[in-house]
Amino acid sequence: MKQFTYVITDPVGIHARPAGLLVRTAKAYESEILFEKDGKSAGATKLMALMGLGVRCGDTVTVTVTGSDEEKASAGIEQFLKDNL
Amino acid sequence: MKSLQGSGASGGVAIGTLKFYRHDRQLVSRRRVEDVQAELERFQTAQAAAIDQLGKLYEKALTQVGEQGAQIFEIHQMMLEDDDYCDSIRSIIERQSVNAEYAVAITGENFAKMFSDMDDDYMQGRAADVKDISERLLRVLEGEQSDAIDADQPVIVAADDLAPSETVQLDKSKILAFATAGGSVNSHTAILARTMGIPAIIGLGPEFQAELYDGKTAAIDGATGQLYIEPDKETQAALLEKQAKLAERKRLLTQLKGLPGETQDGQRILTYANIGNPSDLGAVLANDAEGIGLFRSEFLYLESQDYPSENEQFQAYKSVAETMAGKRVIFRTLDIGADKQVDYFHLPKEENPAMGMRAIRICLTRQEIFHTQLRALYRASAYGRVAIMFPMIASVWEIQEVKKIAAQVRAELTASGVPFDEHVELGIMIETPAAAVLSNQLAKEVDFFSIGTNDLTQYTTAVDRQNQDLGRFYDPHHPAVLELIRLTVENAHRNGIWAGICGELGADLSLTETFLAFGVDELSVAPASVLPLREKIRSLNQSNRQAILDRYLEVR
Repeated sequence: MKQFTYVITDPVGIHARPAGLLVRTAKAYESEILFEKDGKSAGATKLMALMGLGVRCGDTVTVTVTGSDEEKASAGIEQFLKDNL
Repeated sequence: MKSLQGSGASGGVAIGTLKFYRHDRQLVSRRRVEDVQAELERFQTAQAAAIDQLGKLYEKALTQVGEQGAQIFEIHQMMLEDDDYCDSIRSIIERQSVNAEYAVAITGENFAKMFSDMDDDYMQGRAADVKDISERLLRVLEGEQSDAIDADQPVIVAADDLAPSETVQLDKSKILAFATAGGSVNSHTAILARTMGIPAIIGLGPEFQAELYDGKTAAIDGATGQLYIEPDKETQAALLEKQAKLAERKRLLTQLKGLPGETQDGQRILTYANIGNPSDLGAVLANDAEGIGLFRSEFLYLESQDYPSENEQFQAYKSVAETMAGKRVIFRTLDIGADKQVDYFHLPKEENPAMGMRAIRICLTRQEIFHTQLRALYRASAYGRVAIMFPMIASVWEIQEVKKIAAQVRAELTASGVPFDEHVELGIMIETPAAAVLSNQLAKEVDFFSIGTNDLTQYTTAVDRQNQDLGRFYDPHHPAVLELIRLTVENAHRNGIWAGICGELGADLSLTETFLAFGVDELSVAPASVLPLREKIRSLNQSNRQAILDRYLEVR
């Protein structure tokens, strides 16, 4: 299992467009990728649940990656967040 | 004539017939089904068809509104494929042995509610997207064709609310404007309307009904959110004039957006905007200003009942700096006094306020006020490209004292670990003849000059600019004023700093060539004057330079 935290810098938070891209990115990996904020969590392949977390600018999300390609997936998702959120 | 007030969602003016667009939102009935498997397959087929429709809409939107605007349909596709959404539909069909329509309607409502209950405007707006995809599924399930507007001539499309897919499906050549009773400025429909350049007003309220207004003539002003039913002649004329101005600006924008203010032979001059309130930022961006050359900080003091706190000021400056996203913002420190009075300052009444306790003189006398403002400005500098400018300087010692206070503020912030930009440019307004005459010495103290031509003219010619009777004596083209401007720019350049003009004269296109000949580096004007000025600059070259320099002092 790999875990890291990330602070959202996008002014609107996890909004529709990057959430859509995130789902697409996450689906490319075998591992299960979980986003968590304030005790609520959502799978990274689930668009509505992700948006439903209500993640805003300045919020910290905890990302947990579990599965066969967790190294690669964790690095990939972290890079995605830096590039898009 | 009757007028309704909504929120302006997309600027522009339109006059035409109101045509109400009806959704015919059918009630979905709950039916028990025998063959659950067949019902699941019906849903599967409808989902595929809906995704296919969205793919086509995406292609259509791509050509109409480009990648950014079209993305919403990709998002809708992904929402339709969302595991949770589809699981919910399937589970309702399976567990309750009911029809797919019912399962879709219930799921759509639940998910829309999840978004509308969120404590965030943007997310609340997403409820409309969930409803939109659910309605699409329902239409497919019920074998309906999606309805398009049918009108012989262009109309103002009116509705309770419009879904993004409806907005794009409408035949653009038949739409003069959008007007809706509900909706939010953040909705995709509002965004699409802006991208398509179609005026739109939303949130006109429940009173905006087909029963009352369908088929009536209306005029809308998408900038102010005003809708007039059966507008009278004057209103129509005023709006048409506004439309003509907008069209002119649009022409300038298409031609000049993103282009530098540069003469034909390559002399570069920055075209900035003057503003007095964060609410003017929209105009700054809409007119493609390269920066803000004068941000009058008085609004914070004029709008409040007591001295604005450091934090209040910091938040306001920060949002301006952030919005300008790295473009230079020159904040002018407090310029109260003279014609701008604030009660809680308790300034004694003066015989001659224009020459009295004002601007930097207040700041240096009551340093706690100044100190608070400087702290707020330096803190905001961590969020953009902030420059600070001091008004009404007449002597070298004044700016030296100002710089000491600024250094003290920086030291305090450093000591308490508060981030700020170490390289904030400090400049002064040149608006007293004394400052212009001393510009060679003053230039050694600061990073830039900005010439305030209104006060400079009044002090140089000793003519009160607020006295209407003195009109013909108040001459901003006075050769003495022009000479002080030239001298100031020359002394700035001699000392390696830049000089701009932020007074009204900057927008006087009959002087643009003269200012270029003087070597002025920046002109800051009202937002609406930025593009006309840029157009003027781009039409000039320096071939007349010598002739102008020989001639500007001529007595008229």
